[in-house]
Amino acid sequence: MSSDKTSGGLRSPFRRKLLLGMAALPALTLLPRGAIAQALATDAVNTTKLAVTDSTVKVGILHSTTGTMAISETGSVQAEKLAIAQINEMGGVLGRKIEVIQEDGASDWPTFAEKARKLLVEDKVAAVFGCWTSASRKAVLPVFEQYNGMLYYPTFYEGLEQSKNVIYTGQEATQQILAGLDWVSKEKSAKSFFLIGSDYIWPRTSNKIARKHIEKNGQKVVGEEYFPLGHTQFNSVINKIKLTKPDVIYASVVGGSNVAFYKQLKAAGINLEKQTLMTISVTEDELLGIGGENIAGAYACMKYFQSLKNPNNEKFVAAFKKMWGGESVIGDVTQAGYLGPWLWKLTVEKAQSFDIDKIAVASEGIEFKEAPEGYVRVHANHHLWSKTRVGRARMDGQFDMVYETADLIEPDPFPKGYQ
Amino acid sequence: MKQAIQSGSPFRVTGEMAGVLLLALFIVVVLPLGLDTFRLNMVGKYLTYAFVALGLVLCWGSAGILSLGQGIFFGLGGYCMAMFLKLEASSPEATKIQSTPGIPDFMDWNQLTALPWFWEPFHSLTFSVVAVVAVPALLAFVVGLAMFKRRVGGVYFAIITQAFAAILTILIVGQQGYTGGINGITDLRTLKGWDIRTDEAKLVLYFVNAALLIGCILLCLYVRHSKLGRILVALRDKEDRVRFSGYDVANFKIFVFCFAAALSAVGGAMFTLQVGFMSPSFVGIVPSIEMVIYCAVGGRLSLLGAVYGTLLVNWAKTLLSESFPELWLFAMGALFIGVVMVFPNGLAGLYQQYLAPHVKRALSRGRTIAPAPASATTSAIVPPHTAAD
Amino acid sequence: MFEGYSLAELGSIFAMQGFAGLILFSVFVLMALGLAIIFGQMGVINMAHGEFMILGAYVTYLCSTLVSQHAPALFPVYFFVAMILAFIASGLLGMLVEWGMIRFLYKRPLDTLLATWGLSLILQQIFRSVFGAREVGVVLPDWLMGSVAVTDTIEVPINGLFVMALTMAITVVIYVVMFRSRWGQGVRAVMQNRTMAGAVGINTEKVDRYTFGLGCGIAGVAGSAFTMVGSTGPTSGQLYIVDTFLVVVFGGAQSLLGTIASAFAISQAQSTMEFFLSGSTAKVLTLLTVIVILMLRPQGLFVLKVRR
Repeated sequence: MSSDKTSGGLRSPFRRKLLLGMAALPALTLLPRGAIAQALATDAVNTTKLAVTDSTVKVGILHSTTGTMAISETGSVQAEKLAIAQINEMGGVLGRKIEVIQEDGASDWPTFAEKARKLLVEDKVAAVFGCWTSASRKAVLPVFEQYNGMLYYPTFYEGLEQSKNVIYTGQEATQQILAGLDWVSKEKSAKSFFLIGSDYIWPRTSNKIARKHIEKNGQKVVGEEYFPLGHTQFNSVINKIKLTKPDVIYASVVGGSNVAFYKQLKAAGINLEKQTLMTISVTEDELLGIGGENIAGAYACMKYFQSLKNPNNEKFVAAFKKMWGGESVIGDVTQAGYLGPWLWKLTVEKAQSFDIDKIAVASEGIEFKEAPEGYVRVHANHHLWSKTRVGRARMDGQFDMVYETADLIEPDPFPKGYQ
Repeated sequence: MKQAIQSGSPFRVTGEMAGVLLLALFIVVVLPLGLDTFRLNMVGKYLTYAFVALGLVLCWGSAGILSLGQGIFFGLGGYCMAMFLKLEASSPEATKIQSTPGIPDFMDWNQLTALPWFWEPFHSLTFSVVAVVAVPALLAFVVGLAMFKRRVGGVYFAIITQAFAAILTILIVGQQGYTGGINGITDLRTLKGWDIRTDEAKLVLYFVNAALLIGCILLCLYVRHSKLGRILVALRDKEDRVRFSGYDVANFKIFVFCFAAALSAVGGAMFTLQVGFMSPSFVGIVPSIEMVIYCAVGGRLSLLGAVYGTLLVNWAKTLLSESFPELWLFAMGALFIGVVMVFPNGLAGLYQQYLAPHVKRALSRGRTIAPAPASATTSAIVPPHTAAD
Repeated sequence: MFEGYSLAELGSIFAMQGFAGLILFSVFVLMALGLAIIFGQMGVINMAHGEFMILGAYVTYLCSTLVSQHAPALFPVYFFVAMILAFIASGLLGMLVEWGMIRFLYKRPLDTLLATWGLSLILQQIFRSVFGAREVGVVLPDWLMGSVAVTDTIEVPINGLFVMALTMAITVVIYVVMFRSRWGQGVRAVMQNRTMAGAVGINTEKVDRYTFGLGCGIAGVAGSAFTMVGSTGPTSGQLYIVDTFLVVVFGGAQSLLGTIASAFAISQAQSTMEFFLSGSTAKVLTLLTVIVILMLRPQGLFVLKVRR
């Protein structure tokens, strides 16, 4: 056990080599950063003893690279590393190059909490980019609040939360749900909805908001069903859908269950070209597993699709594929993950400091004009202003955007009238 | 084997006590001096699993009952503690932004407007502490009564306990308004006003945990040396003969199963206190089997071995997952296979086979010259042969 | 729980749920048959059974990708080839595992449980390293997609019918192999009395190896069939292992007929309850019922009468 003591301070030689290797590349193109670093002495920009030196700053990446969630979280890790590499290429943050310490949450919430504590207490990282599921965020939140860390959380989530120590780069529930429901009601003149989801807090809260909104609009919810995570037998609920004949199936099924759900829908003769299905849980990542032929025609309500046509996105997609291979796909959360390091960099530069307290305050109003989704701005409640978009799934695993809101939608994690 | 368990020989008893003392020294003095608070807190977390491993040594090693559902009891103990802490953290002032202030936040998110009846008693610390032990023990009693009275045992018992673990997980995840669902019960803050999140609190809790663990080891030793412990061994090796001798075999099995459940539950409660939350990921099938491997690595017959085994496996897990995440499952799998095929008696067996003779010699030599060297990790009871069949 | 549905609707609900239950039944039977042979006949608890199944599923996935890339003309029939390959792959791996591991542990059933659990962890990580953590889907030939409308409200998915037919075929084959062939006689002889079987000249080691291989091979076919209804990921196998064991134990470990009967009972109960209650409640109730019945009747539904 005694060797434990040393392993905390010294990183493994293998990892260290990796880090050096990653850091060496952009160093070649580096601007004369000494000038900036001298202008902003480390003591001045870092008053709380974070891992900041004259030339480097340490940040953490905390996602599951093993276990059931590894499937979903890999994309976020890749996007965050891409953003960090790009920032380093441009000269880093306040003239300091970003060094990454990556930890594996192993799809296990206590492990997330343990690793978060390690990153904050042992490594003293200036920011952490990570977490995916609500459960992992709930597990680390007290740790971040206790040790005053800063977490950039990329997933669209259920809302009902706001913390000084978290920047939510994904949508909270109302941003994702309301505009999409309005669109589908108008476009498909929908009167009845069938809600189906996986059994945990995000689908339940999302459907609660959806139900309130649907009923407010004078429409009807004809069914609401939940299934355990990993469930693969959806024949019963499909029979129910057939009996109740809803205008819209509203799905928030996550993970591996998705594949079974859409396959069985198709096998049961429900043609998504005719039956409207709107999902808030299927991104390009999930499409890959489900298979285009099983889900083509379904609508997804997100803020980002890989197929978005704008110069920012084209640059982003090209860079992503260059770094991670031409086969890779980019989903909504992956893009949100990419925003994290950039927003942090912009905030640090605005605050002229790495101090968490200053960043928490300076975050409000930060604009990221190069965002692949177009343009985002940080709200005082630490969520992002962003657009809602509806895409239609294609056979080849991409979405065609069919609708986007005209304006940015205000994030409202505690929506009045929806609780 | 039988002779090893018997308490007759005074040398055995002193040897055991020396082992316990060494372990206590290691946990209470060496680790706190050698590790910083962060790592020490992690060791504290590992040590809570050691309670489960202790229970398994008695249940599986001594009595031959393999339960693959110890996570149930660990989880229940943890949840009982977490419910108390959550209620304390959900005072009306702290939760005033909710639509119903004063109830735990996850209930509010699930549209509950009042505290469910079975949460009410958990306002009381005394009740909660009693419940930590009583609820799991009661469940174990019911399960044990139903199974052992009908002479369900061995493989069947293992599979049925596994099914129970599955059921409880589904229940906790499915009834999220009452249990916090898959997120578990999070954001626990204070115990009777004492903030459990500070470094000092963590240090105190570590020592409380260590003291409890040593206490439990002594209790287990006592049980093993009692007549009861010898009957357990006897019924493991020749159940029919014990039955023919006029003992009600089922009662002994029920007792040891309940005892193991209570031990696990104490571990669960300490886990909640040290880590600050509880989630269904400790209740299910996978964690329950992992807990069996802690015990198997240490040596399924050795109480002290179980503690070292738990520490070793978890330490390896943390180390590997920090540096080579993808290797972890390979290592874990190899550990399972290796421990079954190559070292059926685990660390304790290795010690007994290779180190014990030297220690004994050194001890007898040392007795005339100097006091005993404190170098080796002693584990007292080790069988000469595999006990699994 | 029936309110809100008309009588005619209830009729079609039960018909359709019955059919959904039949599909679940087929999946259970396919998985449990292999396990029943290994557990019931050999007394080995194979916790890696789910991974053998997933191996079959991955083999099917590989076939589907290869065929669609290199020989699209053969696509409509690739599934049959894939199933045979899945059987061979899982069966061979099973025999290897028996040779390398299981044969040393025949007298320690609880230890086989731990060792095969370790094996399952290793296999999962291998799957993850080779195929990636993402779940993969298999493209089905067109003739397996779609459904047959029986009445206005009752529709029957074709792939479900196919899985059922497959289950029946495999069950019949197993029955013939185990109870009507010389080899099956040998297996049953070894199971009932190993020493005596050895004494009359049966090579018990060889029988063990092939029996284990057969059980794993069937798991491979189950995985292959399973790709039609579900998804394939490194950890998909683990989801089913407890259910499958309960099916086998509930049926009476040594009776293949019992396995089929218990698979039928469990799947129908779960499927019907699922319609009227929530998914998790249905599952909890089913599992609890099974356990309560097992407590009252620990030997399971069907008992083989053997003189010990």
